[in-house]
Amino acid sequence: METASNFLNIKDVSTAFKIDGHYYDAISHINLQVQHDEILAIVGESGCGKSTLATTIMGLHDPAETKISGEVDFEGTNLLKLDEQGYNQFRGAKIGMIFQDPLSALNPLKRIEEQISEVMDYHTDLSTEDKHKRVIELLDQVGIVNPQRTARQFPHELSGGMRQRVIIAIAIACKPDLIIADEPTTALDVTIQAQILDVLRDIQKENHAGIILITHDLGVVAETADRVAVMYAGQIVEQGSVEQVFNTPEHPYTRSLLRSMPQRDNENDDLYVIQGNVPSLQKMPATGDRFAPRIPWVPAEAHEANPTMHEVAPGHEVRCTCYKTFQFPDEQGSVKA
Amino acid sequence: MWKTILRRFLIMIPEVIILSILVFLLAKAMPGDPFTGSINPKADPAQIHHLMKINGLYDPWYQQYWNWVVHLFHGNLGNSYQYQEPVTRLIGGRAANTLWLALFTMILTYVFALPMGVYAGRHEGKLPDTIIRVYTYVTYCIPFFVILVIGIWIFGYVLGWFPTTGSISSDANGWIQTLGSRFYHILLPGLLGALFGTVNIVQYLRSEVIDAKHSDYVRTARSKGVPSKDIYRHHIFRNSLLPIAAFAGYSITGLLNGSIFTETVFSYPGMGLLFVNSISYRDYTVITALVLIYGILNLIGTLLSDIILSIVDPRIRIQ
Repeated sequence: METASNFLNIKDVSTAFKIDGHYYDAISHINLQVQHDEILAIVGESGCGKSTLATTIMGLHDPAETKISGEVDFEGTNLLKLDEQGYNQFRGAKIGMIFQDPLSALNPLKRIEEQISEVMDYHTDLSTEDKHKRVIELLDQVGIVNPQRTARQFPHELSGGMRQRVIIAIAIACKPDLIIADEPTTALDVTIQAQILDVLRDIQKENHAGIILITHDLGVVAETADRVAVMYAGQIVEQGSVEQVFNTPEHPYTRSLLRSMPQRDNENDDLYVIQGNVPSLQKMPATGDRFAPRIPWVPAEAHEANPTMHEVAPGHEVRCTCYKTFQFPDEQGSVKA
Repeated sequence: MWKTILRRFLIMIPEVIILSILVFLLAKAMPGDPFTGSINPKADPAQIHHLMKINGLYDPWYQQYWNWVVHLFHGNLGNSYQYQEPVTRLIGGRAANTLWLALFTMILTYVFALPMGVYAGRHEGKLPDTIIRVYTYVTYCIPFFVILVIGIWIFGYVLGWFPTTGSISSDANGWIQTLGSRFYHILLPGLLGALFGTVNIVQYLRSEVIDAKHSDYVRTARSKGVPSKDIYRHHIFRNSLLPIAAFAGYSITGLLNGSIFTETVFSYPGMGLLFVNSISYRDYTVITALVLIYGILNLIGTLLSDIILSIVDPRIRIQ
């Protein structure tokens, strides 16, 4: 029997940004794997490093301003070792990226057709005619009703939802193995969100691609993803299958997140609010549990000095030991099941 | 497209009428008259009074304006009081000089400014960028006429490379010599004008390129695997040139206004010099005609900018 292979292996990746002459880690020691036919969701609040992880995989950082360490093993190639020219063989061809702001991610002066076929100019030998056919096919695939007409239009003539579809069409034009979707639905209203997620899922089935879905919307995760990685302050604090993370969340951060989401059975209660803020890059503590300051009632002994990942169930990992005794203030006294 | 142009053209008509009234009144509001001291310093005031009267200068302003407009439509802008020849002929003889100088300056300006601005933006923070920025700041701080005077002094007087006055040398024969001499005469004023004119364009273009470099659509292009060279060629250049192209129409009129300085300093016989001289002589007919021409050119410049912009920017294209 063939086991599903991890075609993307992110090993111990850290990305540091230069601020006033010093480097500060925006993400530190990230380990992640993605398989074909899988949607891996990365969740976390704003500023926790989700987008940095995506742009690190894509190699979109200015090398003069960032320091990246670790290894991004993509089908046997370490992407981080590639030069610009080598990276361009992967970008667009084998890795497609969907950006979060459809309003500004398209060049305002180029027709939609030009912008979609541009990616094929560099990665395929198709004739102009075949490219045109493929553009129409792609636009149709992402659910645009009149692809012939849309292909001739400029971005400003399209609605936000249509532009996001065009961006998806660009990302999937060369049938990449990996699609990174950085908050693809944030700028869209809820009905369009659902359609866009459907489009993504359909494409995945067809291309057998692996998808990294970056979002802060837990609803989207529950609905779409197979596996989830929860990020906090540049680290992964918990990862596992959607069922594991949503049904038996272990890390205090995951539990706080889920608790701060409005739900049917607690609709009369006040929403839970996580105290404090994500620390800024310069103020990030070098050691200790980065989430500790936001759960001040947990005694210091409960945390590890250097929190590592612990496997609590097959495929379900949690950072730090504090999850074992963690309780919310209003639960204290009751025994954890 | 043609509809837009036609509509913009029709809007120009009331603009021109209002402009002409303003111009006429402003010229009239200037103190002094065209005759005192110009005939003979000891001329009899009664004679000047008489001249003013037969020339209609004591009539109410609307009557003078009306006479002027009626003549205008007959292609008659009146006689210059100073030169005693028709204003149309007077201006016609100089318009070409100014036009050549302005055109030459504009071409030089863009030839210098576009590569400098793009290069500075692309290699932001590097040494050439710093040099270009220092150059633009320094040039921007010096008034235009000072640049002209210094330029004349260094290149025309000390080094003696260029002629310092006129538009053609008196001993030029044959059309090749004539053309060469004319070109030789506009070289220095053109270069100095371009030196000054590049400043705004370079600064603007530089910041446009830097903006475009960090824009989301460029990031999209990079994620498509487009090489950096092609990103500049297909995405950054065109998008950064938009505002510059839109500016081109205005810059033409800016150059014509600038010609007032250049022509005065270089004693270059164009419309600008004529304008300055007419003001000191209270040559009303010439002043009003010139201001009207400058005004109309300004309106055409604006129209031109709108047309250029609607061609290059699809967002402004009107069906």
